[in-house]
Amino acid sequence: MNIIVLIKEVPDMEKVRFDSSRGVVDRSSAPAEINPFDESALQAALELKERCGARVRVLTMGPPQAKRSLQDAYARGADGGILITDRAFGGSDTMATSRTLAAAIGQEDYDLILCGEKSVDGDTAQVGAETAELLGIPHAYYADSIEEAGAGSIRVGIENICGDRQVRLMKLPALVSVTKNIGKLRLPTVKRKLESITKEFPSKGLSEISGLTKDNTGFQGSPTKVAKIEIPKVQKRQSEIFREDFEAFAARLKDEFAERGIGKA
Amino acid sequence: MSTEARTKEYSGVLILAETEHGKIHKVAYELLGKGRQIAEACGEQLSCLVLTPEACGSEELCRRGADTVYEMRAAAFAQPEETLFAQNITAFIREKKPAVVLIGATHFGRSLAPRIAAALGTGLTADCTELCVDEEGNLEQIRPAFSDNILAHIKTVTRPQMATVRYKEFAEAAPDPAAQIHIEEIAPYQHEPLGVQIEEIRSIGELAITDAEVVVAGGRGIRKSEDLAILQELADVLGGQVGVSRALVDAGMASSSIQIGYSGSRVKPKVYIACGISGAPQHLAGMKESDRIIAINSDPSAPIFSISDYGFVGDLYEIVPRLTEYFSKEGSHEV
Repeated sequence: MNIIVLIKEVPDMEKVRFDSSRGVVDRSSAPAEINPFDESALQAALELKERCGARVRVLTMGPPQAKRSLQDAYARGADGGILITDRAFGGSDTMATSRTLAAAIGQEDYDLILCGEKSVDGDTAQVGAETAELLGIPHAYYADSIEEAGAGSIRVGIENICGDRQVRLMKLPALVSVTKNIGKLRLPTVKRKLESITKEFPSKGLSEISGLTKDNTGFQGSPTKVAKIEIPKVQKRQSEIFREDFEAFAARLKDEFAERGIGKA
Repeated sequence: MSTEARTKEYSGVLILAETEHGKIHKVAYELLGKGRQIAEACGEQLSCLVLTPEACGSEELCRRGADTVYEMRAAAFAQPEETLFAQNITAFIREKKPAVVLIGATHFGRSLAPRIAAALGTGLTADCTELCVDEEGNLEQIRPAFSDNILAHIKTVTRPQMATVRYKEFAEAAPDPAAQIHIEEIAPYQHEPLGVQIEEIRSIGELAITDAEVVVAGGRGIRKSEDLAILQELADVLGGQVGVSRALVDAGMASSSIQIGYSGSRVKPKVYIACGISGAPQHLAGMKESDRIIAINSDPSAPIFSISDYGFVGDLYEIVPRLTEYFSKEGSHEV
C-alpha cells in the first residue's frame, strides 16, 4: 500500500509573536515545526506500515526551507518525501492549495492519503476534503482509528459526525483526516536523524506538475481574497474581584445564576 | 462570459440545514437569522435546503424566515456521508444558482462544505464569526485566524460565495407562527454513496461540551486528575459540565475531548467558571464569548481576572467545594 501523508510547516504557535501594528505574523519569531495535527497523521501512517506493510511518503507544499519538515518526518520513520515548491504557489488560498496538491498527488502512486484535522495557523480544515473531491476519491474527517480491512478498502472510526460515532468502510484510494486522539508521533531515532541530513527529496514546481498554470494556483488562482486584516480588541470585562468575603461572592453568583435559570433542581 | 455577467446569474441566499437524530440542527436557525439580513441587504430571496430520510420538521425553517424550503428525501440520508451529500447539494446549487451558500461549521458541515466548494470550483471561507454585505453587494466574510490574534475580512471573486459559520455565533431567528409554509420537494440526484459503506452508527451518548449551559473548567491549578472530581461536583449541582485547559491534557490528566481553547473546543455557555486557569490566549480563544465568566485563582495577577465578570482570589481547593455546598443548599430551598 502506498500512503501519502500531507504535512504543513507552521510556526510554533506557543512561541510565535504577532505584529499587531502591521497585522502579520512574525514568522521569524518562532521556530517552524510540522503542524501538530499532521504529526498524528504521520503516526497513523507509520502504525499502518507496521501492521499491514506500506510505503509512507510525506508531501508538503511550502517554501524551499520546508524541506526541514520532510527531514524530520524521515527521521521519524517515513520512507520518503516530496516538496511542492514554487514562487507561483505563493498566496494560495485553500482552493488553490488543494488544486496544487491534487495535481501533484495525481502524478504519484497512492492508495491512501492521510492528513491532520486542521492546521494550527490557518485553522480552516478545508484542504483535505477539497483535495479528495478534486481527486474524485471519498474522504473521512475526524477519524480516530484506522484499520486496513482488506485489499482495496479501509475501515475508519469517526469520532463525531452529526452527534454520532460512525464506522465506515471506504474503497481505496481514499483520504482520511485524523484527530490527535489517533496517537502521538514517535520520536526520531539518532540513526535516521543523521541519515535525514543527506537524504534527497524530490522537489516539484509549477512546470513539473501537469494541469497547473499560473491562473489556477497561487494568489491569482485563489477565489478568496483577504480584503482587510483587523486586530480584535481585547475584550475586558468589569471584573468584580472578591478576596475574603466568600458570602458576598456567592450571593453575587446566586443572583447571576437565578437570572439565567441555572442551578435550580 | 465576463466574470461580472456570470456573477449576475446568481441570486439569493441558500442555507444548508443539517439534521441530527432526525431533527434540524439549531445552527440552521442561527444561519436563517443572519441569512435574512444578507438577503434583505441584496433584495433577494432566502431559501433553505435539507437532505433527510424522513420528515424532520422543515416547517420550522419557514417559520424562522426561509421563503422556500427545499426538501430532498432519500433513505441513505439517514447515514451522513460526504460524497453522497456533496453530489446532491452540488447538483442542486448548479441548478438554482444561489449567490451565497451558508453552512453550519459543525463536524459534518466542516467536512462536507469543502467538497461542495471544490466541485463547484468556488471559494469557501471557514468558521466565520461575522458576515455582511459590502457596497457592491458582495459578501464580506469575517473570520478569526492565528489563535484569534487577527480577524481576516475575506471576499470571494467566484460564485456562489460559500462560508461555514461557527455554531452559537449568531442569535437564532425568532419563529413567526403566522409565516407562510412553503416547502418544495426535490428528487435526489444521487441515491447511494459511491465506494463508501457506513457499517455502524453509535450515539456518543454524552452531551457535547459545546452545548453545556454551565462549564466548570480546571487548569494548571489542579494538582492531579482525581481532583477534577471537585469540579464535577460543582458542575453537577449547577447542571453543567467539566472542561479543562490544554495544560491538563498535555499532562495526561484529562481527555482532549473536554479541552477548551484554540486547539480544543470553543464554548459559549451561560456561565463559565475558570478554576486555577491563568488565562493564556490559547485558552481565552475557546471561552471568551461566554455570557458570564467567573474566575477562581490564587494568583491575583492572573490574566483571567481581567476578562472575568467576577473573580475570587483564593485556593480553588477551598472555594470550589464551598460553592458546591452553597448552591446545593440553594437548590434544596427552591424545591
